[in-house]
Amino acid sequence: MHNMTMNRRTFAAASGLALALPAHAQFRVEISGVGATQLPIAIPRFRDEEKTPQGVAAIIRADLERSGVFRGVDTVALMDETTVPQMPEWRQKSADLLVGGSVMRLADGRFDVRAKLWDVVKGRELGGQSLVVPPADLRLAAHRVADFIYEKITGEKGVFSTRIAYVTRSGKTYALRIADADGEGGQVALNSPEPIISPAWAPSGHELAYVSFERQKAVVYAQDISSGKRREIANFRGSNSAPAWSPDGQSLAATLSRDGLAQIYVMGRNGENPRRVTNSQAIDTEPVFSPDGHSLFFVSDRGGGPQIYRTAVSGGNAERVSFTGNYNISPSISPDGRYMAYISRQGGAFKLYLTELGAGASPRALTESSDDESPSFSPNGRLIMYATRSQGRDVLMTTTLDGKIKAKLVSTAADVREPMWGPFGR
Amino acid sequence: MNALQKFAGLALVASLFVTGCASDVKLEDKAAPVETRSPVGGAGSGATANGTSQSQVASVDLSKSNTAAVTQARVVYFDLDSYVVKDEYRPLLEAQAKQLAADRNKKLSVEGHTDERGGSEYNLALGQKRAQAVAKVLTVLGANDSQVEAVSFGKERPAVQGSDEAAWAKNRRAELNVH
Repeated sequence: MHNMTMNRRTFAAASGLALALPAHAQFRVEISGVGATQLPIAIPRFRDEEKTPQGVAAIIRADLERSGVFRGVDTVALMDETTVPQMPEWRQKSADLLVGGSVMRLADGRFDVRAKLWDVVKGRELGGQSLVVPPADLRLAAHRVADFIYEKITGEKGVFSTRIAYVTRSGKTYALRIADADGEGGQVALNSPEPIISPAWAPSGHELAYVSFERQKAVVYAQDISSGKRREIANFRGSNSAPAWSPDGQSLAATLSRDGLAQIYVMGRNGENPRRVTNSQAIDTEPVFSPDGHSLFFVSDRGGGPQIYRTAVSGGNAERVSFTGNYNISPSISPDGRYMAYISRQGGAFKLYLTELGAGASPRALTESSDDESPSFSPNGRLIMYATRSQGRDVLMTTTLDGKIKAKLVSTAADVREPMWGPFGR
Repeated sequence: MNALQKFAGLALVASLFVTGCASDVKLEDKAAPVETRSPVGGAGSGATANGTSQSQVASVDLSKSNTAAVTQARVVYFDLDSYVVKDEYRPLLEAQAKQLAADRNKKLSVEGHTDERGGSEYNLALGQKRAQAVAKVLTVLGANDSQVEAVSFGKERPAVQGSDEAAWAKNRRAELNVH
C-alpha cells in the first residue's frame, strides 16, 4: 500500500486562477491514505464563489475526500449548474462524477447556493440542490451539498453538515468550542479560567452536557447552544463527571462519587432522581448508552486495570467486553451497535482501537500515533474522530473504520482535546 | 425542463430555517445559578431580517467571574499507581485533623490529582480515589466526615509541567485546601 498526502490550499489557488483570494484562503486540507475504491469526482469552482468569504467547491471536495469514498479530480473548468457538460471530456479527465454550481447573492444579503451532480460514466444528471442561506451559513450550505452528493452516491446520509465540540486551552483560558464537522468555523460556547472536559451532545443537537471545574470541583452542566442558557445537572458531594445522554434524550448517565468511589448513575435530563446503576468496590466511569438505550458500556478497574464492561441500564451483572491489553478506556459505540472504538494502552502508547462487538474478532489499532484520546463515531457510523498529537502539536483527526483515510481537522498552537461528534441536525 | 425549473422544484429547505435568536453571554455574578444574558448580537453577520443563522453559538464567559482564592496548599504525594497515604504525611494530617476537631465549622477540601498519562475521566476517578484516601485518614484522626470533601481534578491541573518521571511524581498528589 502506498501513501500520499494531499496538501492543498483553496480550489481557486490549486486551479491557478489569478484571483484576489478572500478570507477563505487559509482553509487547508490535509488528507492522507488511499482507500480500496474511491470515486473520482470533479468539482470545479462554483460560479461567483470568489465573491463570498468561502471557497464552496473546496469545502465540498474536502468533505467528500474525508469520507474515504471520493477522490477529488483537479480541474480549472469554468462552469455552473446550468452548463451542459461535455461528458467525453470529463471521461478523458478520469472523472466518474461531476458537480457544477453557483453562488448568488440575493437582494436581502442571503446567498443562493445551487449545485448539480452528473454521472459522467452514464452521461446523465443525478439531481441538484438549491439552498438559500444567510452569510454565516455559507459553509453549512457547502456541507449540505456534500451531504446531498454523498447520499446520492452511497445511499447513506452524509455527516458533513453535522457539528463537533472540543475543548481548547490557551494559557489559562479554557474554551468549549463548536465547529463544523471539518473543524472549521469554530465558535466558543463557553470560556472559563478552569478546565472543561467531557462534552456530550444531546441527541437533538441543541444542547451540550459537559464537566466544568469552575467551582473548584467537577460539576456536570448542560448548555443550550443557540441561547447559551446553562443548567446544573449534577453537583453532589465529591466529583460529578462523564455525562452521556440516552438515545431518546430523556435521561443522562454520569459518574458520581457521592457515595464513595466513582460509580455510574442514571438521572433525568435535568439531573433529577439519580439512580445508581453500578455497585462495585472499584472505579466505574465513562458510561455510554448502547444505541437501543437498554445497556451502558463503561470503564471499570474492578479486575485490576481499567477495562470496558457492559451492563443493563436497570443494573445487575456487568459483562467485560475488552479483552486485549491491560488498559482500555473511553468506549464509543457505533450508531448501529456493531462496533466499539476505544483507547488502549500498548506499551507506553495510547492508541485508537476498533473492535466488532460480540464477533470474536481481534481488535485493530487504527493509528500509528501514540497519544490518541476521546474517540467518537460520526452519526452515520462511517468515521471516527479523535484527538492525538502530531509533530508536537495537539490535533483532531478523523479516520475511516479501516484506518485507511485520515484527515487532520484542527491544528492550533493551543491545546485541543476532548472532541465529540454531534448528531444529525442542528 | 431546464435546470432552473428543476431547481425550483427541489426543496428550498434553507429558506425555512428557523432557529433561536443570537445572543452573547457574559457571566458576571458567581453566585447566580443561572447567568444573566444580554443579547449583544454577536455573530451578527448571520442575522438578517429573512434568515437567522443555523450555525449560531452563544458564548458564555466565566473568565471574569472566578477569582479562585487559593489558600496555602498542603500536599500529599503518591507513588505511581498508588492510593496509599505514606507515613511521612501523618504529622501533617494529624495537625489538620486537630484543627478540624477544634473547630467543627471549619471545612477542608482535599483535591486529588494524577499525572498526565491516560484518559481524563479515568484519571479524574483515580484522583478522587487519592483524595478519598486522604479524607479517610483525616476522619480517622478526628475530623468529621461533613468537614472534609474529597474532590478531584484528575490530570487537568498539574502542579508542574513536563513529561518525565520528576514532573509526574510532583503531579500525583492530593492538595488540602481551606476555602
